[in-house]
Amino acid sequence: MLSERPITPSTLSRKDLPWQIKWDINTCTKCGRCTSVCPVNAIELGVFRKRDVKPPMGLSAKPTTEFSTFYGIRQRTDPAYACIGCAMCNMVCPNNAIEPTRQYDSTTLQFQNNRGGQPRTRGGRRNNSESLLDQLKFIRISMLTDPALDAGRHEFEMRTLLGRVLSPEAELQCFRDNGWKPPVREIYPLVIGGMSFGALSPNMWEGLQMGVAYLNEELNMPVRMCTGEGGCPPRLLRSRFLKYVILQIASGYFGWDEIIHAIPDMKEDPCAIEIKYGQGAKPGDGGLLMWYKVNKLIAAIRGVPKGVSLPSPPTHQTKYSIEEAVAKMIQSMSMAWGFRVPVYPKISASSTSLAVLNNLVRNPYAAGLAIDGEDGGTGAAYNVSMNHMGHPIASNLRDCYKALCVAGAQNEIPLIAGGGIGKHGNLAANAGALIMLGASMVQIGKYVMQAGAGCLGSEKDRCNVCNIGVCPKGITSQDPRVYRRLDPEKVAERVVDFYLSFDTELRKVFAPLGRSTSLPVGMSDALGISDKDAADRLDIKYVI
Amino acid sequence: MCRLFALTSRDPVSPMRAIDALNVMKEGHDGSGVGLFLSGLGGPWEELKEYPILSGIFTEDGLVQVFDYMAKKGFQSKFSVTFKPDIEPPVGTPKRGTYASIAYKVPDDWKGLTKEQADRNLVQTRLNLRAMGEEGGDIMVFSFWPDTIMIKEVGDPLAIAEYLKLDREELYARHILAQGRQNTNYAINLYACHPFFIEGISTMTNGENTAFVPIREYLMSRGVTGYQGYQSDSEVFTHIAHFATRKLGLDISSYKHVITPMNDEEMADHPDREFLVSLKRSCRKLIIDGPNCVIGCLPDGSMFMAQDRKKLRPGVVGGNPELGIYGFSSEICGLNAAIPDRDRTKDFQPMHLDTAIVGPDCREVLQCSQKDPLRLRH
Repeated sequence: MLSERPITPSTLSRKDLPWQIKWDINTCTKCGRCTSVCPVNAIELGVFRKRDVKPPMGLSAKPTTEFSTFYGIRQRTDPAYACIGCAMCNMVCPNNAIEPTRQYDSTTLQFQNNRGGQPRTRGGRRNNSESLLDQLKFIRISMLTDPALDAGRHEFEMRTLLGRVLSPEAELQCFRDNGWKPPVREIYPLVIGGMSFGALSPNMWEGLQMGVAYLNEELNMPVRMCTGEGGCPPRLLRSRFLKYVILQIASGYFGWDEIIHAIPDMKEDPCAIEIKYGQGAKPGDGGLLMWYKVNKLIAAIRGVPKGVSLPSPPTHQTKYSIEEAVAKMIQSMSMAWGFRVPVYPKISASSTSLAVLNNLVRNPYAAGLAIDGEDGGTGAAYNVSMNHMGHPIASNLRDCYKALCVAGAQNEIPLIAGGGIGKHGNLAANAGALIMLGASMVQIGKYVMQAGAGCLGSEKDRCNVCNIGVCPKGITSQDPRVYRRLDPEKVAERVVDFYLSFDTELRKVFAPLGRSTSLPVGMSDALGISDKDAADRLDIKYVI
Repeated sequence: MCRLFALTSRDPVSPMRAIDALNVMKEGHDGSGVGLFLSGLGGPWEELKEYPILSGIFTEDGLVQVFDYMAKKGFQSKFSVTFKPDIEPPVGTPKRGTYASIAYKVPDDWKGLTKEQADRNLVQTRLNLRAMGEEGGDIMVFSFWPDTIMIKEVGDPLAIAEYLKLDREELYARHILAQGRQNTNYAINLYACHPFFIEGISTMTNGENTAFVPIREYLMSRGVTGYQGYQSDSEVFTHIAHFATRKLGLDISSYKHVITPMNDEEMADHPDREFLVSLKRSCRKLIIDGPNCVIGCLPDGSMFMAQDRKKLRPGVVGGNPELGIYGFSSEICGLNAAIPDRDRTKDFQPMHLDTAIVGPDCREVLQCSQKDPLRLRH
């Protein structure tokens, strides 16, 4: 280090960075692709000057000094430009001459990444690699008394109900009286959860919508996708594909004008309306769309000036309490579509989930409850929210389901679980376990990005720059130079691929348990776990 | 795996006919238990049709407790048949005490009650007695209902029949359900012996009920007196039959629409499609999935058989309308043994959409398909 180089509290050495760039001078062709593709400018082309002192033999001749200059890659140590480990440099390198490697003992950056008095915000999800869902085992395998079904060939009923289902007595009464019945949709139990058009790039959104449309129209799988907060592209609202879409509205009605104005032109009713009160990765916080991503298109859809940060508006002034909000919003949204569309709230899994559920049990228009656990992903949230707030989904869901059992309403209000499903790639096993804990369906977000579009994020704080519009894969960027990397057709193909394999895997789980004619919602006797406390808490079998 | 045999006859017959059929089918079960449901009773019970009969097993102390309790509640004993075996029980069967069936006159203050209230009181009385006996094991009560006797014991059906002398005339009945084998997937418990009974409805099942826990939770949340216990995964089938017929007022041919609803293709051109979709959705928690054959008897004496959708446990119904006797059997050899004198070409094996019903007149097997228009909707 040069003697005059300033050393300030946030001066870091390369050793302090969790991600290190390994660059091989011998194989590098100096094409410059790595530096141009790096989303955070962690590497730059460097000119290195080397002094070589050559002492000759003997005493007579004096040593000579030679200077050479060579070009190479330099990793910056400024915390603002720290490598995020996305490995895009490696992906574009013709010779694999460069790659980031994780250095686990470097923790210093954690203390330096809140600069300018601003706490760090990041996309992705909490960096906790544990997963209770992965620890659950399916233990009730039918052997002799119930020959295991053939998962590949047997007839399976893989659909679930979204919407308020009347009790058998009320249903018969309603049929006799020809009365009004709440709308119910039969859908596939794996729903693509709310990721807004502003958060995702147009190509990603288009790819997802195409995949969903293909699954519905060609493969007869009634898959649904939620729009996320902040409106919906006008063309989609006026298209026949709207029936595959769950429109999300948040308590601040953000971006809702567009939807209201499109109602007279809608050819189809949307599948459902989801009212978002909270999400698992930032409970209590609204969405945060940072200014980097608010381009002209997004600004137009949301009705805001471009280039401004868009935190979700606060709860609307007309809302006094959660009870009132739930009642009013459900009623008014139902009314907007003539009570033909199921309307349900989405909340963060928290200790108050049961309170919201209690409101819903008494609300004849409530079509379900979506609960989002702490491991849910987000486009942007503060580090502290993402890492330290929220409730795990399994126990929260179980509490809610058992509360419904006590009220005798377990078939009447579907529970939709989300947050950390498929975190380690075990999508079908996680989803199956949640269904057996009482979920009527599950929703996923991050998994779709990882499997459908090759998102690079991981539970090790890898990448996670969804919020600043530089997503190296073009999934969450609004910059056409970046998002044109993503081919919507390929996204659609991957979405279809993983849905089909999910379907096969789910059958492989359900068939040996002897279930085929209805989803095993609440079949908790099929589950076991080797953690005594978890077993007691979830009221499932303790197995070691 | 359980073996099931049911008889319905115009004239009372000995339960031994059913037990013998079970014995013929023994290859498929381990002889670990037997349960008997008898209704349409003959012999001395003919004159006592309106008096509820308490069936169970009691120790000396238990009998005293029962008499005290019933007297205190205002019940008057009208007639009783008790049997205390004087020989050593067969291997595996414990010595329990007295097997009793006692007919009671209901308390005078029940006179103003509706039938529904009185029925609920009978169930509650049975549950109270059962709860009294659960601590000490002195009282075990299987049913408390007019014209109904239930007998359950652990052990080989034929050995038990000889031990309890089931050929006695006071056990002759018109409607008999018999099952051989104890609990399949749960602990051995006398209450877990099939058939199960509630308010005149009795069913028995073979196979494994994989949907047991969600169905149990759902039934228990319905707030119906008597939906409790559940020592066996099959007990819920009886309660579903009760829920469908008594609580929802559906005809028994609709039972199958509740436990195994049709899929979309099958339902597409059904004249009652709209109703069936509603029923499927609202009763989704009652959908069964096991390979099960369900045989049951209703309060009016009609008997039915239904299969799950997979039909891995096929049953058969056949009989002789001249003699007025029909059998429902889980295996055809059982039916051959019990009713050899019948036209075998008329035997009916219900497929996955069918319910077979034989009315109390024992004249014909009514074959209902789920594809048929619904028969009765109250």
